[in-house]
Amino acid sequence: MRILDCLETIGRAALRAMRRAGRMGVFLGGMVAYAVTPPWKPRLCLRRLFFIGAQSVLVIALTGAFTGMVLTLQGFYALSRFGSDAFIGPLVALALVRELGPVLAGLMVTGRGGSAITAEIGIMRIGEQLDAMELMGLNPFRYVVVPNLVAAVVAMPLLSAMFDVIGIWAGYLIGVRVLGVSGGTYLGEIAQYLETRDIAAGVWKSLSFGVIICWVSCYKGYTCGYGAEGVSRATTQGVVLSSVLILVWDYFMTSALF
Amino acid sequence: MIQAVGLHKAFEGVPVLRGVSFEVPRGHFMALVGRSGHGKSVLLRHLAGMLRPDRGRVCIDGQDLASLGAHELRRLRRRFGFVFQGGALFDSMTVYDNVAFPLRECMRLEEEDVSRRASEALARVGLAGAEGKLPAQISGGMVKRAALARALVLEPELIFFDEPTTGLDPITAHAILELIAQCHRNLRFTGIIVSHQIPRIFEIVEHVGLLHDGRLRFVGTPDDMLASDDEVVVAMLRGDDAQMEPRRTPGPRR
Repeated sequence: MRILDCLETIGRAALRAMRRAGRMGVFLGGMVAYAVTPPWKPRLCLRRLFFIGAQSVLVIALTGAFTGMVLTLQGFYALSRFGSDAFIGPLVALALVRELGPVLAGLMVTGRGGSAITAEIGIMRIGEQLDAMELMGLNPFRYVVVPNLVAAVVAMPLLSAMFDVIGIWAGYLIGVRVLGVSGGTYLGEIAQYLETRDIAAGVWKSLSFGVIICWVSCYKGYTCGYGAEGVSRATTQGVVLSSVLILVWDYFMTSALF
Repeated sequence: MIQAVGLHKAFEGVPVLRGVSFEVPRGHFMALVGRSGHGKSVLLRHLAGMLRPDRGRVCIDGQDLASLGAHELRRLRRRFGFVFQGGALFDSMTVYDNVAFPLRECMRLEEEDVSRRASEALARVGLAGAEGKLPAQISGGMVKRAALARALVLEPELIFFDEPTTGLDPITAHAILELIAQCHRNLRFTGIIVSHQIPRIFEIVEHVGLLHDGRLRFVGTPDDMLASDDEVVVAMLRGDDAQMEPRRTPGPRR
C-alpha cells in the first residue's frame, strides 16, 4: 500500500512537471511567433534594449575585468609548472570567448535584468494591468514579452563580447605588468590560437542565453501568484531557473560545438 | 444586448457560479450586488470573456463568446470598457498616457486627435491638470476617475465596472457614482456594475441582480428589490449578517 502511495505521489509530481514544461513550451512558441509577426513595437524594444543592454554595461565590465585577472593568475600558476606560461594569452582568451564570457554575462544579466523583468511583469499581472490590456483588445505579449526578447537577443552577444574583450585586456594587465609575460607573446599567441569558430561558438551561446533569460523571466512574471509574496516567489524562481538552464544548456551547446 | 445563459464555474472543485442567467438590454444599466466572495467579480469576468464558463454561455448581440477565436474576441473587446477595482492604470505611464494609450494603440489616431480626445476624457472626469502625474502620485479617487476616463475614451458600447468605489471615503464614492451616472446619461452605453453601495446604486441603474451562493437570487428593478420579501434580499438591504454568511471564492489558477 505504501509503495502504491509512493508511486502515486511520484506520478502526480511527474505529471505536474510535464504540465508546467508544456505551458512553458507553449509560452516560448507564442513569444517567438509574436516576435516574427507584425505589428512590432520598435520604441518599446529600444527602451528595453537600453534597460537590459546599456544599463548592464558597468556590471559586465567589472565582472569581465576581475574574471580575466583571476583567470590569468590561476592559469599562470598552472602553466608555469609545465614551463608553458607563454600560452597564458590563448588560455585566457579561449576560456573567456568560448565559455566564461557568454555564461557569466548570462548569469549577470539574469540577476540584474531577468529579475527586474519578472518583478515588473508580475506587478503588472497582480495589478490587473495585463488584464486591462487584454480588455482593450490588445495582446500583452506584444507589449511586455516581445520587446524583452528582442532586447535580450540583441544585447546578450554584445555584452558577452564586451565581457571577453575587457577580460582579455585585464588578463593582459596582470600577465604582462604583474607576472612579467611578454606583451607581444600574450597578444601574438591569442591571434594564433583564437579562431573564428571559437568566436562563433560564444556568439551562438550568448544568443541562446538571451532567449532563455527572457523566456523564463517573462513566463515567471506572467504566471506569478497573488500578492507581493507571489511576485517575490516568481522572481526568485525566475533567477534560479534561468541560471540553472543557462548552465545546463551551456553543456549541450559545448558538446555540440566541441 | 448582453446575455448570460446558465453559467457554471468551479475553481479547484469549489463551485462559484451555479447556473446564472440574465440579460441586459442595449443602453441599460444593471447592478450586481451581493456579499463578498459570492462570485460577482467572477461573473463580471465571464461577461467580459476573461474567463470561460464550465457550462453555459455569454452572448453579446447574439454572438457566443466561447465560439470566438482569440483574434475575434480581441476585436469584440474593442467595443468594451472595463473599470477595475484597483483602477489597473499602467504605473509606468502618466495619467495622460494611460488615457491616450487605447487611442494610440487601438485606434492609431494622429497625435493631435489623441491629445484632444484624451484631454476631453480627463476633463469629463474632473482630472484636467493631473495629466502629468503618475498613478502613484494621485489619490485613490483620482485613480478611479482616471480609470473611468480610460474606459470612456474609446466611447465603448458596453462598460463593466468592478466595484469602482471600493476603498473610497463616502463622499468620494458618491462623487464617482454620480460621475458614472452622468456619463451613462450622456453616452448611453450598456453598463454592468458590481457594487456594495446599497441603496445608493439603485438611483443610477435600471436593473439589479443579487448574487447569492453562486446563483442569482433576485433579478428585477430596484423598486422590485426594495419591495421584495425574500429573506436574503431583505437581509442584504438591511446589512444583516445572519442570512448572508460570507464565503471565500477561490481565484482562477495561474
